[in-house]
Amino acid sequence: MENRDFIFFVGPSLVAMFICIAIPLIFVLEQSFFVNKKVYKEVEVESCVAGFTGQICSVEMQSKPQLDEKGEIITQKEFVGLESYVRLINFDAVKKAFWQQNFIELENVKFFSALRFTVTFCLITLPFVIILGLVIALTVNNLLSSLKGPIIFVSLLPFIITPIIGALSIRWLFVGDGIITAFLEWLTNSNISMFSNSWTLELMMILYRIWHVCPFAFIVFYAGLQTINKEMLESAIVDGANRYHRLRFIIIPHLMPLIVFVSLIHLMDSYRVFEEIIAFSSDAYVISLQWLTYDFLRLDDTGNRYISSASASSILTMIGISILLYPLIKKTWNDYREGKL
Amino acid sequence: MKLKSIIAILTATFISTSVWGGHHACDYKNKEELTMLSNSYDAWKAVTNAMASCGNFTATLDKDFQQKHSDALAANPSLYDIVGISNGSITPLINAGTVRPLDDLVKKYGSQLLPNQLIKIDGKIMAIAMSVNNQHMMYREDIFSKLGISEPKTWSDVLSAAEKIKASGMVEYPYGGAFKSGWNIAEEFVNMYLGNGGSFFGSGNAPAINNAMGVKSLETLKKLTAYMDPEYLASDSTYAQKQMQQEKIAMGVLWATRAAAMDNAEESKVVGKIKMVSAPMGDARPASSLWWDGIAIAKNISDAEAEAAFQVIMEGIDKEMVKANNDKAVWLIDGYKAGKSAMGAKMTADNGAVPYPSGTRMGAMHGALGTVVPDFLTGKKSAKETLAAIEDAYIAKAKEQGLM
Repeated sequence: MENRDFIFFVGPSLVAMFICIAIPLIFVLEQSFFVNKKVYKEVEVESCVAGFTGQICSVEMQSKPQLDEKGEIITQKEFVGLESYVRLINFDAVKKAFWQQNFIELENVKFFSALRFTVTFCLITLPFVIILGLVIALTVNNLLSSLKGPIIFVSLLPFIITPIIGALSIRWLFVGDGIITAFLEWLTNSNISMFSNSWTLELMMILYRIWHVCPFAFIVFYAGLQTINKEMLESAIVDGANRYHRLRFIIIPHLMPLIVFVSLIHLMDSYRVFEEIIAFSSDAYVISLQWLTYDFLRLDDTGNRYISSASASSILTMIGISILLYPLIKKTWNDYREGKL
Repeated sequence: MKLKSIIAILTATFISTSVWGGHHACDYKNKEELTMLSNSYDAWKAVTNAMASCGNFTATLDKDFQQKHSDALAANPSLYDIVGISNGSITPLINAGTVRPLDDLVKKYGSQLLPNQLIKIDGKIMAIAMSVNNQHMMYREDIFSKLGISEPKTWSDVLSAAEKIKASGMVEYPYGGAFKSGWNIAEEFVNMYLGNGGSFFGSGNAPAINNAMGVKSLETLKKLTAYMDPEYLASDSTYAQKQMQQEKIAMGVLWATRAAAMDNAEESKVVGKIKMVSAPMGDARPASSLWWDGIAIAKNISDAEAEAAFQVIMEGIDKEMVKANNDKAVWLIDGYKAGKSAMGAKMTADNGAVPYPSGTRMGAMHGALGTVVPDFLTGKKSAKETLAAIEDAYIAKAKEQGLM
């Protein structure tokens, strides 16, 4: 393709990405260095609230945000540099952990406990998704063609279900008095509570995510399998290659770009693990980086949200994702440079 | 065939809704298009249904209404005319000045209101209270009398009763409560800490919970969890209520708004078996806090709309509505007869429970408690470490807001 044509094809998408992704990211980065403080004034407030039998009146000093003449709360933008980041990762705890060579203690800092879970979640689910997706694709590929349609449809179902709905159904099946828990309790004559341990919660989240994403890997690999050169496979059989050899030396190398593609997409998706935390109400035991950002953005009882901390948390999430994806992107780039793609 | 059945369903729905709406007669014919946002429990359903009978009124009932109401009322014109609030959720609206003073309207149309219903902030009536709410003890009278346990008055009574009930094996778990991590568990701590006589802040909005009362409050909570369903950190008010209704637990400190549901034969197996008493005593007062629910009117709407809104509200919280829904809440409205289900709330208040200390800084404190208290219950941190971490989390929030 001519360079000029290439620019024409890619241009609109680049413009859209700049407007919808790059610009907001710059704003988020900026917000993480500033805080918007309200201007409070100590005022004496006399208030009467409803008691049970009569009113309870009291006078107390309260911090009240000041309003401007248009009736809007006055805020002051203040540069804080890296303060939001330092607070988020609790720099003192990190220093202490380094001095004492005791990194388990870091689990006590919300950010590191979220990071620990998010990274293990990504790395554990990835191989299962790839391998199971490949196994299903190979199996379906060898089926009678009359069976293929229905089997493909059924295999895709987990991916079609909205993540939050899927996670909620898992919760209702496994919660204290859910059907499956009740059955297992009856079977083993013991008391099972899947939602009261971090390891059981993490296990459920990992299994759920593998179940949910496998169909995606499967359908991509299955499409890839349709493009394999049949003659090459046949001549390999003539040369005495067994099933394993054909898989190892023909099919997998042929599918390699797709495997990289699925890995990239899966890592990006699973690094933003969120629905499972909400649906399983697991935040007392297990949290993810995305949940941490959400928690800062959620309004508290008095209508405050913490934009600077939330921005710092999303920037760190983005840096994390880039580090995790770096090897795969580098590999793709090298392949491209060497003309393999 | 198909069309016929659709028509049949539509007619049935129409009849049932008109019956629903018809039980309350409205004396005021509303001509303004009015909207309302509020919480979603039974009391709100009763009030908004009564208001709907005046016509041209739609209500949005949402248990996460606090996530919307500040921004919705800050818009001009406001996205809702009327908003259902409590002593906690009114704070951001007062701070931003997005609800209007009601003094004139009360004078003109509010003759039915009792003095106790007028919520005054800085001398102006900013909301009309309709009910009070607190968390109090509910227990299975049948189990307690069978085991010869007397009414639990303090937390050590509760714990020793729990031990006996556990030994008897009469229910799956002796104790239940709304311990869900986040807002609920924070509220449990607030109640315990107030019960032990604690106050949350020192001078200059600095936190002041890292003390013996804080440690004791945490430890009492942890001792209780030994008698609870191990999944307590996912258990909200509704879940705890169902545990009680389904005979899974023998006692719990639950919201007064949940009391009437215990005697609702349609969903409860324990009709007539639950006794409502005061929240157990801490070192200073009952471990509970007083809340009120009420209604306010948005500032950014026309005066004509506000006038119509106020009259519709008066219809929603009149004698007739209370008569039809007497046990759905502890109403403050004229005509309410405190029944059996209100006894727990009343005893808690009589024993000296204090109002929830709402305010801007308390919002940040409540949030910090909600994320850090679970670390103590799950054993990640010691009591002292937990209290220090709560103070750190609060300070971070307060600094970002400009409170410190």
